Amino acid sequence: MPDLLAARAQMALSLAFHILFAVAGMAMPVLMVLAEVRARRGDAASAELARRWARGTAILFAVGAVSGTVLSFELGLLWPRFMAHAGPLVGVPFGLEGFAFFTEAIFLGIYLYGRERVPPAMHLFSAVAVAVSGLTSGVFVVAVNAWMNTPVGFTLADGGLVDVDPWAAFAAPAFPTQAIHTALSAYGSIAFVVLGIHALCLLRDPDSVLHHRAVQMALGLALVTTPLQIVSGDFAAKHVAAHQPAKLAAAEGLFTTQARAPLCIGGVPDADARQMRWAFEIPGGLSFLAHGDVDAEVVGLDAIPRADWPPVAVTHVAFQIMVACGTAMLALVVWGAWLRLRRRPLARARGFLRAAVLAAPLGLLAVEAGWTVTEVGRQPWIVHGFLRTADAVTPMPKLALPLAAFTSLYLLLGVVVVTMLRRHVFATTRAERVVE
Amino acid sequence: MSDPHLVFVIMGLVLLAYALTGGADLGGGILALLARGPHAEAERRAITRAIGPIWEANHVWLIVLVVLMFTVFPRAFAALGIALHIPITLALVGLVLRGTAFVFGAYGLGDDGERARWVRVFAWASAATPLCLGSVLAAVASGEVRVRDGEVVSGYLAGWSSPFGLATGLLAVATFALTAAAYLSADAGPEVRPRFARHTRTAQAIVVTLALATGLAARHDAPAFVASMRASPWMPALLASAAAAALVVWLTAGRARTHLTRAAVVLEVTCLVLGYGLGMDAHLLRPDLHVGNAGSHPRTVAALVPVLAFGTVLLAPSLWYLLAVFRGERARREAAAEAEAEAPRRTPDDRPGRETCAADPRDGRGSSH
Repeated sequence: MPDLLAARAQMALSLAFHILFAVAGMAMPVLMVLAEVRARRGDAASAELARRWARGTAILFAVGAVSGTVLSFELGLLWPRFMAHAGPLVGVPFGLEGFAFFTEAIFLGIYLYGRERVPPAMHLFSAVAVAVSGLTSGVFVVAVNAWMNTPVGFTLADGGLVDVDPWAAFAAPAFPTQAIHTALSAYGSIAFVVLGIHALCLLRDPDSVLHHRAVQMALGLALVTTPLQIVSGDFAAKHVAAHQPAKLAAAEGLFTTQARAPLCIGGVPDADARQMRWAFEIPGGLSFLAHGDVDAEVVGLDAIPRADWPPVAVTHVAFQIMVACGTAMLALVVWGAWLRLRRRPLARARGFLRAAVLAAPLGLLAVEAGWTVTEVGRQPWIVHGFLRTADAVTPMPKLALPLAAFTSLYLLLGVVVVTMLRRHVFATTRAERVVE
Repeated sequence: MSDPHLVFVIMGLVLLAYALTGGADLGGGILALLARGPHAEAERRAITRAIGPIWEANHVWLIVLVVLMFTVFPRAFAALGIALHIPITLALVGLVLRGTAFVFGAYGLGDDGERARWVRVFAWASAATPLCLGSVLAAVASGEVRVRDGEVVSGYLAGWSSPFGLATGLLAVATFALTAAAYLSADAGPEVRPRFARHTRTAQAIVVTLALATGLAARHDAPAFVASMRASPWMPALLASAAAAALVVWLTAGRARTHLTRAAVVLEVTCLVLGYGLGMDAHLLRPDLHVGNAGSHPRTVAALVPVLAFGTVLLAPSLWYLLAVFRGERARREAAAEAEAEAPRRTPDDRPGRETCAADPRDGRGSSH
């Protein structure tokens, strides 16, 4: 395997693995706060729910913490020439992220281990602090990625960077849309996982107050975030159209610059033949999505030098998966809202619960697909327009070895985490009897 | 304030903070390897309890160090990533295994056999990680890793795969074990405290031996580093303090004044880190990259000041509160441990299980039905 490909694969693997735990670290505290608030009003099921979620979160957070550490080192291990230039530009957001994460770790320790040791108000406050610092640390990291997509704040001179603005990442044009889109994806994806897991439990044990509460809360979070996510996705698409036309063209498999550009549903782009095959086309759809006008011109890949094309097929398929997942999630949320409006008890809505079980992984799938779009869609650049990924990679040979090591390590950890979370979900019926 | 020298000093402080906190957590894992005899389970439980609430926060110092390095000295970070790819990757695998195995053991709901396996993984990974981290510190001090025109020209084994690298790694392992043993001999329950006091004394003897061995190896493998240390007017005072601290540790470990042992260990580790800093002589990577040419941008260095100040203002009280909560609890925990000594053996992760059915006062309001 070529070393560049191995380095990209290792980075992709590390990000794909870490992001699952990162979104859980952002969203689970929000659910725990909701449960704690209800518990303070005297709801025993919510109190028990908060405890159980806390135990699962302890595992997820630890895996997230160590896999995040791996990423911070991998920036230098795999992309030293990127960091040699970009370090001063992305250092401030990373530094702020470090402090946010520090805060998160401190208050998570207090929340998890201090239940019987700190006053109840402090305990609730620590949960809120975890939720807030989890969100901010996520937003800071996204600032770095936004800067890589739309770099600003420096001048190139003699092969080096001068006039470096250390706060530039926050001024990166992609930052607002990307930050909002990512934060919402964290909440939505985890809400769906939690909804699915507790829906499964509720199908097995329809009288469980605990699982009913959990389904209500997760559905509540999904109800708020999923529709907002569709809106933010639209903003993100318009932004990408304006600032990263190659990414949009690849995501949509648009080979020719054209007015009234069609929106392709499905299909396989053939980069060599420069055409889209077997796609269902909505005339003017892409023009409307990208520019709000069915007759607007959309830049195609023909406007971009062939050497600067991202891998079209991967970007397109990932984008399709993300949009499909988002649409399915919206459909389920609408169904749930309708049930709520009709005040139907969710425990009796078995069709809905079954659909929720099936939909559980969709949010995480969309998160992974979305990151694939933004990362693969930026190729061949690591810093869009300035530094190529191939020029940033380490000269270290035999990168297939660390790739193999981290692949086996993460596979093992993935299996163990799933096993342990399963135990937490299914092996605690005794505790439920006590509460109910 | 926009002086990269200041950032170099701050990095030294962060390294010290990591050694005293995250290092002690790794040391706890090393001590878990040594748990033997009738109180072995109690020893492991004491270690788990001491580490549980705080290790993730302690671990962040390492990330702060990395972020400071690539923000202010990006060229040094890049060179390190290339030249020390192997030991850094090994350290990362160790950190991942140690963190995850710890939480799997504590929260995994496994049976005794499974939990014991996770503790073994946690313990071995905790021992291997400082070995790798120490060899990285040795490599940047050695003068063997060479950079020309921004390219590493000394290969991927230089600096760390030497007697000096090995000795520094072992010294890190022993120092972390010493720190953990000193903390635990002060805080753990009465039945295991003598064991940890004995470990403290043993670790102290090993640390002194290894420090001498590292010095000898450095004379051959890192002559410029040693020369910088010798040239510093602070060195005699530092050596004297370290020796005095080691003596105090040896004499007081296991006696009544455990806080004195702990303070002496903190002083000793501080001397080690300070000595290392003097030997580095404002270099990030001896001899080619120093604070003046490692790629710092004045505006970035200036921007770090508000970030670090803001972070400290935010962190200090929270960190203090975290430690206060779990320190203050220790006295009560000791009493509980004494009561527990008679009771059937309890396992570390009983706590989450126990919470489930425990009579939490806040539960009382809700579970009346």
